[in-house]
Amino acid sequence: MLGLNTRDASLFVIVVILALTAPFLLNPFPAESSLAQFNAGYPDLMQRFAIYGIFAIGFNILFGLTGYLSFGHAAFLGVGSYAAVWMFKLLNYNILPAVILSVIVGGLFALLIGYISLRRSGIYFSILTLAFAQMSFALAYSVLTPITNGETGLQVYTDDPQYLQSADAPSIPHLFGVTMRSTQDIDFGAWSFSFNAGYYVCAVMMIVMFYLSIRIFRSPFGMMLRAIKTNQTRMNYTGLNPRPYTLAAFVISGMYAGLAGGLLAAMDPLAGAERMQWTASGEVVLMTILGGAGTLLGPVLGAGFIKYFENIFSKINENVLHQWFAFLPDGLEDFLVTILYPFVGKGWHLTLGLLFMLVVIFLPGGLMEGGQRIGRIFRKREKKPEVRAKDPEHHPKPSPHVA
Amino acid sequence: MDAIIIQILNGLDKGSAYALIALGLTLIFGTLGVVNFAHGALFMIGAFCAVTLQRILTLSTVTIDETQKDFLGNPLKVETPYVVNWFGDSAGNSIIDWSVPLAIILAIPVMLFIGYAMERGLIKHFYKRPHADQILVTFGLAIVIQEIVKLFFGANPIPTPAPDMFAGSLDFGVMLGFDPNAIIYPYWRLIYFAFAAIIIGAVFAFLQFTTFGMVVRAGMADRETVGLLGIDIDKRFTVMFGIAAAVAGLAGGMYTPINPPNYHMGMDFLVLSFVVVVVGGMGSLPGAVLAGFLLGILESFASTTWATTTVPGINQIVIYLVAIIVLLTRPRGLMGRKGVMED
Repeated sequence: MLGLNTRDASLFVIVVILALTAPFLLNPFPAESSLAQFNAGYPDLMQRFAIYGIFAIGFNILFGLTGYLSFGHAAFLGVGSYAAVWMFKLLNYNILPAVILSVIVGGLFALLIGYISLRRSGIYFSILTLAFAQMSFALAYSVLTPITNGETGLQVYTDDPQYLQSADAPSIPHLFGVTMRSTQDIDFGAWSFSFNAGYYVCAVMMIVMFYLSIRIFRSPFGMMLRAIKTNQTRMNYTGLNPRPYTLAAFVISGMYAGLAGGLLAAMDPLAGAERMQWTASGEVVLMTILGGAGTLLGPVLGAGFIKYFENIFSKINENVLHQWFAFLPDGLEDFLVTILYPFVGKGWHLTLGLLFMLVVIFLPGGLMEGGQRIGRIFRKREKKPEVRAKDPEHHPKPSPHVA
Repeated sequence: MDAIIIQILNGLDKGSAYALIALGLTLIFGTLGVVNFAHGALFMIGAFCAVTLQRILTLSTVTIDETQKDFLGNPLKVETPYVVNWFGDSAGNSIIDWSVPLAIILAIPVMLFIGYAMERGLIKHFYKRPHADQILVTFGLAIVIQEIVKLFFGANPIPTPAPDMFAGSLDFGVMLGFDPNAIIYPYWRLIYFAFAAIIIGAVFAFLQFTTFGMVVRAGMADRETVGLLGIDIDKRFTVMFGIAAAVAGLAGGMYTPINPPNYHMGMDFLVLSFVVVVVGGMGSLPGAVLAGFLLGILESFASTTWATTTVPGINQIVIYLVAIIVLLTRPRGLMGRKGVMED
């Protein structure tokens, strides 16, 4: 189906179904119940899932396949956002030209930075990308204020030209008249689900990008990228120049980041320089590693995981904790709340850091590897496991020892 | 002329901080081969050692003084720090006044211990893992340390003044024959520079003139052979990690009067220090120190009005720009050795 083998096709179908039914799946708790705060099915958060999913998928094409760890990917997200807002300012609020331009700008910027940074590898490459991203961040804050509007952030003002804006078109971001904010709430007994146009735009984009990444992973080009990660020297000896391939991967992932930035601006027409800061670059690294670098689904999982906890964990405050442990004796309740409190609410970064360390230490393959390990345990119980390589085509049998 | 001197002087204190952090990073990298993204966090812990000591010294007993009234007419509460009670007025107050330099005494054992624990508890397990994994786990550790500090000390910068004695400025110009007030330089920055020079000198002397240092240098050159000679090189490298942590911590502690510490100061310095290490040449100790001072001075020159009007925004980007140019023209950095981190 669609040029995918059965396994990939079923994975793709699952992702499509999950993405399209997310408004149901993310709201498993009745709206009035005490567990409703765990519901993630509100438009803003769902949009972020999809957008950061795209960002992480793109990052994974570079890091997961070639092993080049870029610490400056947020720069592409930032320029994507700026490009999109400029399209809103100059043309009109239709998101299509905005998103297209942000992809192009993200790609061009990645071409420029990648062309220079990819002269070096390893940690030098990380530092170079970091330096470029920090430079863009500093410039966006200071000298480039006419373009970026500095600290205030770039936004659309009423006296902007908007040459293509017609009188009846909505004056918030829209796709041919359907505004991104339009939300249809459906109540179903005690449950309520909201279907947001913006989310579906992002979700469809994410599905398309996910499909593209599967095709890239399975293509000869993807094979070449893996070869770079595995053994670059050997690749050189076989007469292949790795540079064009890594540059292509870098530009592709830059375009993904640009698209994510454009979509961020399309959901909320505001672009600030802090999107380019290196902590933002660090975040996408966290997402990819947490989910599982080099796997297809991992980055999306990681992005969803981090964004979910960022929003849900940070909302838990002392009162909520007291409510949870109200059934315990008072002393024990207070004790537990005091222990747990630093890890939630404002302190959720601490949880994130600890979790991240645990994943890097014990599960280098991320959540995906964790899932596989659990799966293996269950399969072992059922039947004797067949020993087979994950990908027989690309894992040749070990050759017999020579001498 | 005086303008040039003043910029060089201004660059020295920041340059000293860069040089000290970069020195520690290079020590860790040269001995253990680990890229330590948590080094900025160690710098920050050092700074908070000074804050902690200040807090401890100002722990007070509260007595109600019936003779004095506050503006509401209630008896005034007088806080007397314990040290004042114990050592008398003048000695006690001067101990509090000198809390930042005294923090050195606290910081050295604390940082040595933290460094030792970090290496034995975490970094040890990452020698065989790829550099990307080392970067990631230390990055995670940096986040954790940062958040813990934030939990205890809050998110706002905490002012920690230098001793009163060093509060003023030195009229440096007069000594060189310029007009009075042409070049004035705060005493504490001068002290920071001298302190940094002493620390750097001590580390180099330790490596150069002691048997321990000799073994460490041998281990840096060829770890395996040193191991074959029956020397437990891992143990010595662990000590070096502790020393590197102590250097970073001292750099941070003494920096507090110049820049009030907050929980993310480490990250801000770390990014720049990595750039410094790369410019100096990965694995080269003199390179790290040289590049630290060079970039500090360059940064201060770039923030003059002349520079910012000629090239707008140059003060923000000059370090990164230099790093990019150096990496592209001299890929091994200013004094880098062959074959370090080139795969």
